[in-house]
Amino acid sequence: MASSPLDLIVNGRRRTVEVDPATSLLLALRDTLDLTGSKYGCGEGQCGACTVLLDGRPVRSCITPVGSVGARPIVTIEGVANGEQLHPVQQAFLAENAMQCGYCTPGMVLSAVALLDRTPTPTGVEVTRAMDGNVCRCGTYSRIVAAIRRAAAARAEAGHD
Amino acid sequence: MTEPTHFPIEPERYELFEQPTRSFALSRRTFLEAVGAGVAVLVVTRDAHGLDGPAGADRAQDGIGAWLHIAEDGVVSVFTGKVEVGQDIRTSLTQAVAEELRVPPAAIRMVMGDTDRTPFDAGTFGSRTTPQMAPQLRRAAAAARTVLLQLAAERLGTGAGTLALADARVRDERTGRSVPIGELTRGERLVQTIPDGVATTPPAAWTMIGTSPPKVAGRDIVTGRHRYTSDLREPDMLIGKVLRPPAYGARLRSLDTSTARAIPGVVVVHDGGFAGVTAPDEMTAVRALAALRAEWDHTPQPSQHEIFEHFRRTASRRGEPAETGSVARGLAAADARVEATYTAAYIAHVPLEPRAALARWDDGKLTVWTGTQRPFGVRSELSRAFSIPESRVRVIMPDTGSAYGGKHTGDAAVEAARLARAAGRPVRLVWTREEEFDWAYFRPAGVVDVKSGARRDGTLTAWEFHNLNAGAAGLRMTYEVANQRVAFHPADSPLRHGSYRALAATLNTFARETNIDELAVALGMDPLALRLHNLREPRLRAVLEAAAERFGWTTWTPAPGRGIGIACGTEKGSHIATCAEVSAERATGQLRVERLVVAYECGAIVNPDGLHNQVEGAVIMGLGGALWEAIEFADGRILNGRLSDYRVPRLSDVPPIDIVLLDRKDLPSAGAGETPIIGVAPALGNAIFRATGRRLRGLPLAPGGVRFAENG
Repeated sequence: MASSPLDLIVNGRRRTVEVDPATSLLLALRDTLDLTGSKYGCGEGQCGACTVLLDGRPVRSCITPVGSVGARPIVTIEGVANGEQLHPVQQAFLAENAMQCGYCTPGMVLSAVALLDRTPTPTGVEVTRAMDGNVCRCGTYSRIVAAIRRAAAARAEAGHD
Repeated sequence: MTEPTHFPIEPERYELFEQPTRSFALSRRTFLEAVGAGVAVLVVTRDAHGLDGPAGADRAQDGIGAWLHIAEDGVVSVFTGKVEVGQDIRTSLTQAVAEELRVPPAAIRMVMGDTDRTPFDAGTFGSRTTPQMAPQLRRAAAAARTVLLQLAAERLGTGAGTLALADARVRDERTGRSVPIGELTRGERLVQTIPDGVATTPPAAWTMIGTSPPKVAGRDIVTGRHRYTSDLREPDMLIGKVLRPPAYGARLRSLDTSTARAIPGVVVVHDGGFAGVTAPDEMTAVRALAALRAEWDHTPQPSQHEIFEHFRRTASRRGEPAETGSVARGLAAADARVEATYTAAYIAHVPLEPRAALARWDDGKLTVWTGTQRPFGVRSELSRAFSIPESRVRVIMPDTGSAYGGKHTGDAAVEAARLARAAGRPVRLVWTREEEFDWAYFRPAGVVDVKSGARRDGTLTAWEFHNLNAGAAGLRMTYEVANQRVAFHPADSPLRHGSYRALAATLNTFARETNIDELAVALGMDPLALRLHNLREPRLRAVLEAAAERFGWTTWTPAPGRGIGIACGTEKGSHIATCAEVSAERATGQLRVERLVVAYECGAIVNPDGLHNQVEGAVIMGLGGALWEAIEFADGRILNGRLSDYRVPRLSDVPPIDIVLLDRKDLPSAGAGETPIIGVAPALGNAIFRATGRRLRGLPLAPGGVRFAENG
């Protein structure tokens, strides 16, 4: 139960958190670093609202002990945009109005970013597989899929410049 | 007949008059002191919500439903007690004001759901914002436009007749001179109510209403910047946790707090049946909660397997409306009769953001941030809980991570405030998902008994319909039938239940539309033809025909293991028809929803994209309740109260959904967040019958797939 200083790399910056290593990464991000974009939804990795990128891969931060992270870089929703320049996935979510209450959106955006980083032009099956762990209780799924398609197209176009 | 003893229904509150217990605090005189100089227009409503204040000088301030203020810098602020839970009224109300005031949406700031800053509002539910609040704000904005034109006429030394307001500037058409509205309001201290006969812009001239501008708060959401209640923090804030009973009906017999109290930084509160802890951080709070040693007295509770029988045993027959015509004679005259019982399980809202509150006491004044659909109702709850006047309570509602009717109560607010008072520091309390499942309220379970009859040509002759426990929404018979008796019977609910998107209209529509389908089978008639034969309401006929046409109902070719179903209904002033196609595998029982077509009409469309989003969202939420969602419980314990045990719709569950929106610019706009859900279950159930020969009469229809009928 003892707290100990842990070095994390969050959104490209080294951050030290003084917490029990068994604390979830989600709690460390939210309560210690005040990075509240990652959300608590279920606490058992079922809803995806807490999704962050660890070494570029989407993980459920609510079931990831912060002590297990080590030196792997973490990207949260706060680190997706480049300053004021939104990431193409964020832009696409806005363009498609792919949200209602928005509580699932940070996790959705990060799952989508991870998908497109690995698979720039995903098939429908690949989109479903990548996004099925993220619950949107408001039911905006078709727009989320449309946003991913739009972002994929935008990135492909940008890649040809 | 036993009277209900457990949980009275959390009322379908919009059907009650929730009187404000205190009139609005700001007088008109102090109003500008609060918001600064400029021009303000107050929306004074003449309904009962605002007319119970003290007589005399304060009277004029009563009944204020909203107000609009144009500051000296031209910034337009709109104050309303309505709240944002994902339905995007922040955007649609902005559109309404932008339309009438002729300013860009970006110049408008919506101040919502803050009991110290916004006027009293009974709450955001019942699909009332669009039909009621939006027209009021439009009238206020139109009145403000008139004021601005008058001010401009004085400033420019011209008659108002040649002036036009556009893009936040008043322009003299004759001279070409123009002045920004911020200059007109500078130094003014004008407060007025909406004059009688203020003219709003006719639908044909709308340029903003009927369009789909970007979601107002969208950028903050996609960047993670928006702070929901659970994201808020205060300096010196503690984390709170509440001790929950092991089951419904359990009472705290004894509590040993010594181990928890020994943990550094922990405060334990034990007050009658309430016990909770605060700690500097979440992990310590969890540990302290686990260290509480509680003993409970348990009273046996009805279980899931006996729930419908329990409703029958406890249903009240009081207040049953009289029969129209004679159901007995109608049944005797029928060529086909269907007598059947339909049921629905308790289901959970599962708002992705659980109940949460942050409470702070300052010199006896309580401030609580919380996600609720009823900030003023929660203020009353807090006032009662702590025996302090409402003037000492402020409730602020940050835009919240959804509700669906599930956040009418102030449970988390009261708990956080209780702990904060004991700890002497601000306390944030966020329910776990398990607490949300176990201790929030559910959509009511219910039983519906139907007897119906029709002549060979399809004409309905009798309709008897009794709903036990679920509720009265959507109870009314939509088809023409001379002999009918329709009633809702409250019963004893062993679980806490309350409002849910569309309330009982889901079960009532399921029962009615399934029964009509069964009649069609008994008569050998096409279900669409039978409906149209008995349906007079033109708006309902229109959506039914639109859905059937888009779906290709009459040209559909039957195939083994495939089936189609249709259903329609009306509720809260809007009209829905749903067609479904399903396929089922005989060997495995696996069921697949192939596609849905939904036709929806809610009067004039305010924001087509937002409306489409609401309709689709309601339909997807409806899939869960129709097919698999059910709360399992035994002897007061919820058995599947976690997301790994309770299935909500995911991307892979979503079929192609084709939405036809009928825009009736000639009709007032109705709210659209609820009604589209009601057609899903009966359309699916009717389609499953055609695919498998098996008639399913209970919701959820197919939690473990579907068995084919022996001869199906």
